[in-house]
Amino acid sequence: MDYILEMKNVSKTFGEVAAIRGVNFEVGANEIVGLLGDNGAGKSTLVKVITGYHSPDPGGEVFVNGKKIDHLSVHKARDLGIEVVYQERALADKQSLWRNIFMGRELANRWGRLDLRGMREETRKLMTTLMGFTSSAVTPESVVKTFSGGERQGVAITRALYFKAELIILDEPTMGLSLSETKKCLDFVSGIKNAGKAAIFIDHNIFHVYPVADRIVVLDRGKVAGQFMKDELTLQELIDRLYLVAQTGSLDGEDSAGRTL
Amino acid sequence: MNLDGQPARPLSPVAKRRMKLLRRYSLQIGIVGVAVFIWLLFLIGSPRTFLAGDIYVAFMSTTPFFALMAIPLTLVIITGEIDLSFPSIMAFGMTGFDLVFVATRSVWLGFAACLIAGVLAGLLNGFIVVKIGIPSLVATIGTQFFWRGVVMVATNGQGLGMTPVRKTVLYPALVGRIAGFVPAQFLWTIFFALVVWFFLNRHKFGAHVYLTGDNVESARLMGVNVNRTKLLAFAIVGFSAAFAGFVVSEEVLFFWPTLGEGYMLNTLASVFLGGTSVFGGTGTIFGTFVASFIIGAINAGIVAAGLTGFWTSVIYGLIIVLSVSLQTVLSKRLT
Repeated sequence: MDYILEMKNVSKTFGEVAAIRGVNFEVGANEIVGLLGDNGAGKSTLVKVITGYHSPDPGGEVFVNGKKIDHLSVHKARDLGIEVVYQERALADKQSLWRNIFMGRELANRWGRLDLRGMREETRKLMTTLMGFTSSAVTPESVVKTFSGGERQGVAITRALYFKAELIILDEPTMGLSLSETKKCLDFVSGIKNAGKAAIFIDHNIFHVYPVADRIVVLDRGKVAGQFMKDELTLQELIDRLYLVAQTGSLDGEDSAGRTL
Repeated sequence: MNLDGQPARPLSPVAKRRMKLLRRYSLQIGIVGVAVFIWLLFLIGSPRTFLAGDIYVAFMSTTPFFALMAIPLTLVIITGEIDLSFPSIMAFGMTGFDLVFVATRSVWLGFAACLIAGVLAGLLNGFIVVKIGIPSLVATIGTQFFWRGVVMVATNGQGLGMTPVRKTVLYPALVGRIAGFVPAQFLWTIFFALVVWFFLNRHKFGAHVYLTGDNVESARLMGVNVNRTKLLAFAIVGFSAAFAGFVVSEEVLFFWPTLGEGYMLNTLASVFLGGTSVFGGTGTIFGTFVASFIIGAINAGIVAAGLTGFWTSVIYGLIIVLSVSLQTVLSKRLT
C-alpha cells in the first residue's frame, strides 16, 4: 500500500514528560484513519508533529509520500498538502470571512501588497460552491464571530479544501456541535474519501469515528495501544476493547506493543 | 415587530447595504461624531478662540508630538501587546543624537544615530516579549525605567542646545512652517498615518498584525510568523518615538533629558479613544489619527476653559477608562 504519511519510532518529550513514545503511525493514500485516545494520550502532540508545529525527538523519522522529511515546519507541511482543521482554534473571530479563508496565505504581490479584490472574489465563489452559504446577510466581509458552530467548521473545512490539501487532519471536529451539525461534519469526512484525499480523524467519541474511518488507531499514554481495520471488528467489540485499553494499556490486554490483532 | 405591533417592513436592498456600511464603519463614524461634538462644545464655550485660526495652527503644531507615536502604537496594541516605554525611547533616541553630534559635529550622523537608537530600543522590547515571553506590560515598564536611566547616566542629566540643526535642511523639513503657517510636523503626521494605514490594511504585514492580535494560536497554527510580526511592530514604535523625540527637541530647540515625560497618557488615550481594542485584533489608523486631534483639542480646551493643567491628567485618564469600557460593552451588544 502507498503511504501518504509514515512515521517511524517518533517520540516527543517536553522536559521530563514524554508526550508520545516510539510511535509508528501511517496513513495510506485515500485512507481515513480514526485516531482514538483519552485525554493526554498524545493525540494532539502527534498531530502537532505531523503538522510541523513540534519537531520530533532525535531518532524519529517522518516520511511524506515516501520521502524522508528532516525539518518539518508548518509551512513545509502545508506545501506537502497536510492541512489541519481545528475546532475552535481555527478562526480569528473578529476578522472578516475572507481574512480567515486566506489566513497566513494571503494573496499578495512580490512586495507583499494584498490582492483584496482577488481574495474577496475567491471567497464569494467558495461561499456559494463549497460552504453553501445562500443567505444574502453573509458576505466576504462578514465577521466570523457571528457564525454558528457548523458554519465556522464549514469555513475551516473549505479553507483546507481550497488550498488543495492531500491529507486533512480533523482535530475533534464534532466537539460542541449539535446533532445535525455533527452529521454535516461526518458527511464531509466521507466527502474527503470520495474526493480521493486522505484524512486523520481525531475524536474521543467512537460513535463518530467508527462509521467514517477505514482503520482505527488507539493511542494510550503516548503509545500506540493497537490498531485494526474497521471491517475486522464490530462497534460493540471495539467498545469492549477500549475498556481493556483503559485498564491495561493494550487492545488485547496482554502485549502493550501489539500493533495488530 | 415595531412598538405599535406592526411587523417590521423588510428593508430594501439599498437600505440594507447602507446599514451594513454603517455597521462596518460604525467606529470611524463614531469617532468623527465625537470630534465634531467636542469641537461644537468648544466653539460655544469660547467662540473667540475657536473661530480664529491661531488655535488650529497650534493644534497642528503640538498634536503631532504624540500622534506620531500613537499611530504606530496602534499596530502594537492591535497585536494584543502594549508598549509603555516609548516616552523614554524619545529621550534615548535624542541621547544617541547628543553623543554622536558632540563627537562628530554632524547633525545628519546624529539624526541617523537617533533613529537607529529608537529602532534598537524597540527591538529590545520586542525581543523580551517574543523570545523570552514576558508580558509586554511588565517588559516595557522595565525598559521604560531602564532607558530613562541610561539617558540620565549618558547625559549626566545635562541638556543640549539644538540650534546647530537650524542651519541644516532638517529644521524646515521637520518643524518648518509650510506656506507660512502649516507646521511641517503636521504633514509628517499625515504621511505617517498614510504609510501605516497602507501597511496595516493593504499589506501582508498588517493582515498578520490583525490575525496575531485576534487569535495568536490560530495565527501560529496557520503559519503566520507571529514573533516576527510583533518584533516588527515594536521596532516601528521605537523608530517613531525617536523621530517624535527629535521633532519635539527641534520645535523647542533644546533637548531635555526628561524629554517624553507627559506623553504617556495622551498617546495611549489617542489609541484607545480611536477605537483600538485593548484585547487586540481590531483597531484603525483613521480612528487613532482623529482621536489624537481630539486629545490635542481637549488639552487646549482645558486651558481655554481656565482650568489648571492638573485637570488634563484627570480627563485623559477618564478618557482611557471610558473608551475601553465603552468599546467592550458595545462590542458585546452589537454582535
